[in-house]
Amino acid sequence: MTRSKTPKPDKRNGSISRRAALKGLGAVAGGTAALGLAPGFVRYIQVSAAEPIKIGFQAHRTGIGAAYGRWYERTTNAAVKLINEAGGIAGRPIELITEDDGTDPKRGAEVVEKFASQHQVDITFGTLFSHVVMGSAPRAGELKMPYYVVSEGHHVASGALNRYTFQPGITDVKAQVSSMAPWVAKNLGKKVTMIFPDYAFGYDHRDYFSAAIEKQGGEVVKLLPIPATETSYTKYFPQIPSDTEVLYHVMVGPGVLTFVKEMGEFYGSNRPQIFGFIDSLEAVDMASPGLEFLDGTYFWEAYPRYAQANQSGADKFYRAAVGVDANGASLEDAKDVSTYSHMFGCWETLYIIKEAVEASGYQSATDADKKKLIEATEAMSGWKEGNEHPQGDKTFSGQLHQCFGHQFISKVAGGKLEVVHRTEIADGTYEPETDYTKMAL
Amino acid sequence: MERNRSLALHGGALLILFLLQFVLPPYHYTNFTRIMVLAVYGIGYNILIGYTGLLSLGHAMFLASGMYAAGLAVHYIGVDPVSAFVLGSVAALAFATAVGLVALRTTGVSFMIVTMMFSQACYLLILYFNEVTRGDEGIAISEAARQIAGFSLTNPILRYNLALALFAGALILCYALIRSRVGRVLIAIRENEERVKMLGYHTFRYKLLALALSGLLSGAAGASYALMFGYVGATFAAIEYSIFALLWVLLGGAGTVLGPIIGALLMFYLVEWTSDVTESYRIVVGAALVLLTLFFPKGILGTLREKRLRWLP
Amino acid sequence: MSLGPHLLLALMEGTVAAFVLALTALGLALVFGVMRIVNVAHGEFFMLGAVFAWTFAHLVGNPALGFLVAIVASPILVGGAALVIDRAILRRFNYQPEATIVATIGLLYIIQQLALEFYGPDARSVEAPINFRLQLPWFGYSGYKLVVAGISALLLLATWYGITRTKLGLVMRATQFDSETAQAFGIPVDRVYAAVFALGAMLAAIAGVLIVPIKQAYYMMGLEPLLLSFIVVIIGGLGSLRGAIIAAFVIGISDGVISVFFSPNLSKILATLLVALVLVFRPEGLFGGKAAR
Repeated sequence: MTRSKTPKPDKRNGSISRRAALKGLGAVAGGTAALGLAPGFVRYIQVSAAEPIKIGFQAHRTGIGAAYGRWYERTTNAAVKLINEAGGIAGRPIELITEDDGTDPKRGAEVVEKFASQHQVDITFGTLFSHVVMGSAPRAGELKMPYYVVSEGHHVASGALNRYTFQPGITDVKAQVSSMAPWVAKNLGKKVTMIFPDYAFGYDHRDYFSAAIEKQGGEVVKLLPIPATETSYTKYFPQIPSDTEVLYHVMVGPGVLTFVKEMGEFYGSNRPQIFGFIDSLEAVDMASPGLEFLDGTYFWEAYPRYAQANQSGADKFYRAAVGVDANGASLEDAKDVSTYSHMFGCWETLYIIKEAVEASGYQSATDADKKKLIEATEAMSGWKEGNEHPQGDKTFSGQLHQCFGHQFISKVAGGKLEVVHRTEIADGTYEPETDYTKMAL
Repeated sequence: MERNRSLALHGGALLILFLLQFVLPPYHYTNFTRIMVLAVYGIGYNILIGYTGLLSLGHAMFLASGMYAAGLAVHYIGVDPVSAFVLGSVAALAFATAVGLVALRTTGVSFMIVTMMFSQACYLLILYFNEVTRGDEGIAISEAARQIAGFSLTNPILRYNLALALFAGALILCYALIRSRVGRVLIAIRENEERVKMLGYHTFRYKLLALALSGLLSGAAGASYALMFGYVGATFAAIEYSIFALLWVLLGGAGTVLGPIIGALLMFYLVEWTSDVTESYRIVVGAALVLLTLFFPKGILGTLREKRLRWLP
Repeated sequence: MSLGPHLLLALMEGTVAAFVLALTALGLALVFGVMRIVNVAHGEFFMLGAVFAWTFAHLVGNPALGFLVAIVASPILVGGAALVIDRAILRRFNYQPEATIVATIGLLYIIQQLALEFYGPDARSVEAPINFRLQLPWFGYSGYKLVVAGISALLLLATWYGITRTKLGLVMRATQFDSETAQAFGIPVDRVYAAVFALGAMLAAIAGVLIVPIKQAYYMMGLEPLLLSFIVVIIGGLGSLRGAIIAAFVIGISDGVISVFFSPNLSKILATLLVALVLVFRPEGLFGGKAAR
């Protein structure tokens, strides 16, 4: 069992003060606003040096995100173990409390709630799927709970969330997609047909890639959105125009293997250039039957799944700690393939949390300390590649609450992915759309 | 006598919910708030399945229509929350009436599928109009937009009591409905529609009324959820949420006034407690559902009524 | 691609989908028709069939042999599970309709979580037992998909024969027509119910085995076939097996063909509304002989 068992939370602490406050002031609905601010609500806790710092981890254990969630958990547990072995955060060990959000936005909000009021964690972090982040972030903001997500969605940087929500460990989709266009236009072709899921995640690809490729003098000749409920794809392929030079695909969910196989059956050896996002094949063995067709096609990767010839020491260290072999699969089971291009975000985010807590002098979950923590996070500007940031250098924008890093383009060769290009961080930067530091704390 | 007993029971239930706010620890405080809002959806669903005998598999569309009407109005136009709540409720009422005019031409299993299909179409439309709805990702409504007369809807005490007021309103509406002449006609339709027709009642109109009320309550719950918890998303329009309403009502007891909240509470705390003990909590929840059907085949209150409390409405 | 070949491709895809759907829906139609219960866990039997197929293929190693083992063993395992469920649960509350819905939702939770525990959250593919690609002048097509259609057709015929020409089938139909009278005539209704429930589950499991080389096995794959089968059974006219099969073809093929003429997202919405409207104006189902009640 990977669940870190928590001692029964001390519920009395919060409830008695609430009860006292309510009894004292009466429960007239009209006077309620003032009650929320009553002094009884503030908890005074003496923090001794050895008292653990509690981090709530919102994990996709069930539901559509379970394949990602499992690897997020493994990466997180590995990082927590290392941090604790090295003395913890500001001398305090991390106590990790993991709860399943069911990949559901309503449950996600409930889990944030549970972390805040029942487990009384200091910080919440984790989740991947955008709709869970969107459902959870408002509650985190209300509770003034520092909330660090590892979702790659553009929701943080777009300004849709709040001052308490950060994405410091993984580049957002807008930057990822924009940074692909120059290489695609130069090396694969300028007439692009895009196949993407017909919902928010797919629209981010549609909008940002279309804009970026036009900047490179290319054009999108056909958009092929695939409905969310679709499970067979062959019937869409005839709509791909024959003058297409590049087929751009990004699909998520369990149907992706079918998608790739049917594309192979449809085209055979006579195909355009194909460029995809690895999201289509995260947690999928490249040697799965039917995927031979992908040989010679290209993929975006956030972090190369297959150890490259010039593998860095940090990558070796990271793989060993998480338990991943040189092919990106579990050390115990070579068929158990990781979500390598996403899960590093958990690792790096935990180290960023550590840095922020230590820089801010955060002590306990009081409003004043949380404020210091938020401001300390916003004050950061980036990180250097190393064991704590194995994916590479990153810059961080305190206004956007979002980091930006290098991206990779890999070619499928002999059932493996070989990096052919590494983007510059500047390739993906865009005009800021928001400034969270102007929001009230 | 029986009337007094049942009045005392339901009044007592509301009183308990009111008093609970003084003792509930913070986490459960918010949970109860959320459950009361969702129980309103359950009550709406129960009017249709429990008292009129119409099993809908698409009620998520009414929940979602209230949620989106209210949420989008606040998010894009900056409507104040009170008006948005009214707007959401009325929108769901109108939508349910429109759906009813078409769907109520069918009965039984066909009605199940027709409602399910309409609901699925709604879900797909939410995804289709992604530019406005942000599709599956949904929209987070800022705290600044959720203020009533200077009071923030994020204030826990205000929110609890608003949820309680909404729940009490729905409970009283349901209670009054089934005690009224109209309610008795609805129950008669459930038992034997042909006979009611022969007695000269225009049963279509009564069923339409039941569906409209059911949609109104579902929409009110959806609108409240959006305004109180600040999130609007397509998940709430998916088939799962239609099945949740069915599950809560059947678990608590279809055709009992308090059944929906008992079912919703039980379901939430089943997940909650078992997930504290084991990662495989869904097995435990599943097993609990199976066991409940073995001992309470008509739902908890339904079985109690059959065995003991005959007077239970 | 010009309209002709495009339409041909859509028809081929639709036909294959329809065959698999017909198998799954036939199972639900039997249970629905004879026992008058809604089995919400029907899709999970489909999923179990697929998951077992992956397991057997994995254990055996050789794709063709693994497939043969799976297509025999998976349905037997799933049918056995269904028998246990019938005896241990459904019969105890006498197939009470509401209790059945709650209990099968509970079973759905249990089966899904067990699959997640023991099989994992990944979608896993199985190599097709035969591997050839049919190259038409305009596009290529998977040969295995044609095999799926063939096997499904055989199984549909076999089930059809079993129900219309054998004693077991007669007993089943008698029970469906009027279970009380059947009981009075000495038909062991209890055992018929158990057999029907198991048979329904086995049909879904076979469909699951057939689909794995096309679509992978995944622990949440059961919802879609459940909903589609549901629609098919109702459109076909409750209890009418012939109706259900015809409806499976109408729905399977129209889903493919509509998407040729409309944008895919719109076509899903239109198809969905179309089903609803058909039901409104032909509530007894399109192809059912008798009334739907």
